[in-house]
Amino acid sequence: MTVSSAAEVKDKNYKTALVELLYGLADDDFIIAYRGSEWLGLAPHIEEDVAFSSINQDTMGHAAMFYRLLEDLGEGEMNSLAHARGAEERRNAIILEEVNGPGTYLVEPDYDWAFAVVRNYFYAQSKKIKIESLKNSSYQPLADAAVKVNMELYYHLLHWKTWFSQLMNSNSEARKRMMNAVEKTAADFAGVLSLGELGEEMAKAGLIEGEEMLVMRWKNAVKPIFEACNLSLPELDMKRGNGRNKVHTSDLQQAIDVLSEVYNSDPAAAW
Amino acid sequence: MNILQQVKDPEIDSVSIVELGMVEQAEMNEGKAVIKLLPTFMGCPALEIIKANVEKALLADAEITMTDVDFLFSPPWTSDRVSEAGREKLKEFGIAPPPERLDDDGGWKVDCPYCNSPYTTMENIFGPTACRSILYCKQCKNPFEAMKPISTIM
Repeated sequence: MTVSSAAEVKDKNYKTALVELLYGLADDDFIIAYRGSEWLGLAPHIEEDVAFSSINQDTMGHAAMFYRLLEDLGEGEMNSLAHARGAEERRNAIILEEVNGPGTYLVEPDYDWAFAVVRNYFYAQSKKIKIESLKNSSYQPLADAAVKVNMELYYHLLHWKTWFSQLMNSNSEARKRMMNAVEKTAADFAGVLSLGELGEEMAKAGLIEGEEMLVMRWKNAVKPIFEACNLSLPELDMKRGNGRNKVHTSDLQQAIDVLSEVYNSDPAAAW
Repeated sequence: MNILQQVKDPEIDSVSIVELGMVEQAEMNEGKAVIKLLPTFMGCPALEIIKANVEKALLADAEITMTDVDFLFSPPWTSDRVSEAGREKLKEFGIAPPPERLDDDGGWKVDCPYCNSPYTTMENIFGPTACRSILYCKQCKNPFEAMKPISTIM
């Protein structure tokens, strides 16, 4: 069964599962792009500053596209979906909302580059797995969006994979920091691959493949890279809860307060 | 289409949105122009400017009283949509046109837009805008940009 447009979405359960899936995809891209944007001017060298900000711009564009699909389904205007919702309404994974490190981008940012590399590599790979699956989604507008995202994602994954391998195979200090970052990221990364409470309904409706399949594919995709770096695969966990079910840390509200400050000063302004 | 040919890329003013392959559909219906555009990269901040410029150019025509300009995700824009004229005009601007095919290992070969030398190296896949990369010509020793190849087989 294929549903060709928002107007064709008749079944209530189908719509509920679709909307939850879209919120997860949109909120994940939105918050990781925001955390990435806080690195602007702080990346290890100027070429990386250009590359990382370009990736964040693409990723924010993907979030906008998913919010637009939600708008088409009657969830509200896309800018307000991005800016005006509180932490208690967001479905992003907890590891993606985590601060980049101590300090803020304005005052003594003691950010952790190893964490940025590991979080973004793991995320880009998980997004690739989901996007490949979404190309066959029963909701045609989402399948179309997946084709578009995939072409840009190709370069993101290449970028983070290169950083990951090079730092892992660099000197002992770099490797130690990278290992710590892997441990930290893995402790909550199951939240990124989770589809939340409605995961089974999503799979049954043909919106995306089931969670177990996505996890297996992710492990198969990172395994050769880990082996080439002489590492064993980490156990993925969700130590602080599942963001898909709206469980979050105070880091998320902090991020929303900062990123929505201008929007909230005049929500009716045209950009 | 003649009107749309006047609308240039706001960041590369030698080349039009028609030459970039961004116009998927253009129809006239009793004074109403319906235009469907394909975004190059989703996060491109120039999209809204392009949309506004298209509306402005259309409404300047005496025969057009109403416009409906929108972006489509599908079919996706791919770099092989840039026309021959578009490829030439990109070069004039100092940007190498997107490579027509990729090597098996995903690498690409780009000739320098200034001296046509194939002796170039990649400096940064990510350039000053989402659709451009930064390269260096070892022959004429100029840094230059190239339009990033994107296709559905990636």
